[in-house]
Amino acid sequence: MELLPILRTLGRNKVGAALIALQIAVTLAIISNSLSMIQQRVRWMDRPTGIDEANIFSLSNTWSADPPDPKAPIEADLAALRSLPGVIDAEATNNTPLQGYEWHWPLAKGSDHQQFTAWTAIYTVDEHGLAAYGLNLVAGRWFTASEIGEIHLREVKFPAAVVVTQTVANALFPQGNALGQMLYFQHAGSSRIVGIVRTMQRPGDAEGWGNPWREYCVFTPFLYVNNGLTYVVRTAPGQQRAIMRAAPAKLREITHERIIQDVEPFSEIRFRAHRGNRSTVMMLGALSTLLLAITAFGVIGLTMYWVGQRRRQIGMRRALGARRVDILRYFHTENLLIAGTGCLLGVAMGLGGNTWLAQRLEIARMTLLYACSGALIVLVLCQLAVLWPALRAASVPPAIATRGL
Amino acid sequence: MLRYYFALAFRSLRRNVLLTVLMTAAVGVGIGACMTTLTTLMAMSANPIPDKSSQLFIPQIDLSGYASEHYDVSSLARDFSYRDAMAFMGARLGLRQTATYPVQLTVIAPQGGRFQQLGRATYADFFAMFEVPFRSGAAWRSSEDQDRANVVVVSSRLADRLFPGREAVGRTITLGRRDYRITGVLQPWTPIPRFYDITYNGTRGAFAEPEDFYLPFTLAIDRQIQTNDFGCDPMARAAWAAQLDSNCTWIQFWVELPDAAYVRGFTNFLRGYAVQQRQSGRLQWVPLTALHDVMDWLDLQHVVPEQTRVDSMIAGGFLLVCLINAVGLILAKFSSRAGELSVRRALGASRTDLFRQCLAETWMIGLFGGVLGLALTAAGLSALRALRGVSAQSVTGHLTALNPQMVLITLVVSLIATVGAGLYPALRASRVQPGWQLKSQ
Repeated sequence: MELLPILRTLGRNKVGAALIALQIAVTLAIISNSLSMIQQRVRWMDRPTGIDEANIFSLSNTWSADPPDPKAPIEADLAALRSLPGVIDAEATNNTPLQGYEWHWPLAKGSDHQQFTAWTAIYTVDEHGLAAYGLNLVAGRWFTASEIGEIHLREVKFPAAVVVTQTVANALFPQGNALGQMLYFQHAGSSRIVGIVRTMQRPGDAEGWGNPWREYCVFTPFLYVNNGLTYVVRTAPGQQRAIMRAAPAKLREITHERIIQDVEPFSEIRFRAHRGNRSTVMMLGALSTLLLAITAFGVIGLTMYWVGQRRRQIGMRRALGARRVDILRYFHTENLLIAGTGCLLGVAMGLGGNTWLAQRLEIARMTLLYACSGALIVLVLCQLAVLWPALRAASVPPAIATRGL
Repeated sequence: MLRYYFALAFRSLRRNVLLTVLMTAAVGVGIGACMTTLTTLMAMSANPIPDKSSQLFIPQIDLSGYASEHYDVSSLARDFSYRDAMAFMGARLGLRQTATYPVQLTVIAPQGGRFQQLGRATYADFFAMFEVPFRSGAAWRSSEDQDRANVVVVSSRLADRLFPGREAVGRTITLGRRDYRITGVLQPWTPIPRFYDITYNGTRGAFAEPEDFYLPFTLAIDRQIQTNDFGCDPMARAAWAAQLDSNCTWIQFWVELPDAAYVRGFTNFLRGYAVQQRQSGRLQWVPLTALHDVMDWLDLQHVVPEQTRVDSMIAGGFLLVCLINAVGLILAKFSSRAGELSVRRALGASRTDLFRQCLAETWMIGLFGGVLGLALTAAGLSALRALRGVSAQSVTGHLTALNPQMVLITLVVSLIATVGAGLYPALRASRVQPGWQLKSQ
């Protein structure tokens, strides 16, 4: 092969070649890490909440004159919402997934209530909760109307029965026998697990979207009796828009003395919750694309210049019998050598950078495979970039060799 | 002579437009990306109250036992319990001091309509301590703190919403179904980071909007006005009195200590107080304590999100790639001008002259690149604003605003970076061998 002459030519052009290799290395290190961050953010954004997201909307309600006992008006509101045609079910709740504050009640390992095992978010639900959220019950049962108690702000009480997510069930009872077992809260209180739902995400994004506690949720059979709570309404497919207009009007029919805020579909809540993630993904994506473009243009520019410098040499080779394809191959091989060196360096830098990042962000460790596929992208891109200058080189006429002598 | 160099440089740049555009674009895109992320990073790490940040202090005291056991200052609770806050308010060891906590109340507008509004319960000292600017009126008097007076200070935003075009001071507003007399209206005031209360979803409170009304702390406690996060599990706070007596941490306590003597006095008090908590049997350990000024505090609490730092590192790497790219292209450019440079050398120009001439050219690239970078920075920042869905007036708007300082930094960075990148190529170009070059042509 013609490796030796290529290497000798490169040796005479050390700085240029080294610059390109270095540029490719840094590019690879950055894009491989950006890609792994992007992939992680996308995973967070796609994480299912476990509820029927497409058909749920929520609104928050506050009565402007504090009712002495809000229980009756809440029940009246719920009855009104449930009576709307097109509404599958409705529910009053303390929280909705992905936004706002959460009630966090820590769980304990055993009946002594001492040793902490998990941070759980508490949702208050009544017998309509399963249908209103569109949850997927995988074992046991949901609450019955007779089980539903009341809970007030700052009140602490523990229900006889709870429904937990699969995550909580697996964490507490790895053998898979969670159903019917007791669940102990830290400090005080215990409840029996009567049902398990596939999944549910906690409210808000405390501790970040990647935190291991995201699906640690416990449903308690309580009506949260408070002036200021959220109604969750699940509609039949395609009816959401109409009911989002009808529901506040219906509630105002009961009384005007109320503040109805944040009437929005769940898709909106999800969109807003992941705004930060989305902007990070877009920014890293844009940076990576630009970076690849710049590196490609750098390769084109420098190779172009080399072609210009070596016109005589190319002409001579052509005159001595080299075919066009030989010239093409020369430049491609040369580029492969440089880019290959850069990629080796880049994979090392990328993995090093990933280790550094992992100490700062909750980020998945980048595997060698990942870095190598990044390297492949860069190599192919460089080969494509060099095509145009190489074609120009191949079109140098052999007659050049005889000119200017 | 310099003008001649620049004229030469301009001509040379025009001769190969493609290469010039490529170089300028590389520098510009690099600068743009770097400055876009750097703007946010710098705004987030800025000093929110430059003239007083070293005189405002926040003490910490360990009520959980964890920090004391592990001697781990970073795990101390950010906030104070009510008991401790009252003990420290009573001691009056600073020039000024305030206990404060965030609240949320329903506002009833005089023209009808109700809305929820975030506010803050605080002492009168808050305004003087934190140099809060008033548009009209003033803070309530310290005596009104003791009297639990029905007074309130509102933001200009809230005042203009409730009383458009009219003076709000002296008027009454209804908050949570009680009437309060407005004693003062603030000017727009957005300390970034919002150092006095960073607790919300981790440390995200640092970049939250400042509240829209301020009412006396003493009054808020009397009226049992709730806050959103009491910083402890619900078992400890079944009733209001129990909550005030508990070790739940939900109050920010700040003290102004203008000189070293004040700081010494306060530190002594803090240590003594800690020992006393053990002796009185309230705690089973001598609690770890700490005292931080504003910048220390923001540093310790890592208010700047790691992702922002990482973004800046990535953007820095991006600029590096762009500059390496520029070096390669400039190298190519200068080498192709070896003939011309040889002629100048043969006609008597010194190496220094050639070096200067080449640098003039990189200066021009740097300037063009800087201007392009500036445009791209502005575009990048407005894209970020659009992505996060915020207006320019919000905190995030401020964090993504291109200020004059950043414009200057952008141009200077661009020039320095490009000239730095051009040094080696210029040096090499000025070492041209005129005899050899001219003969070979």
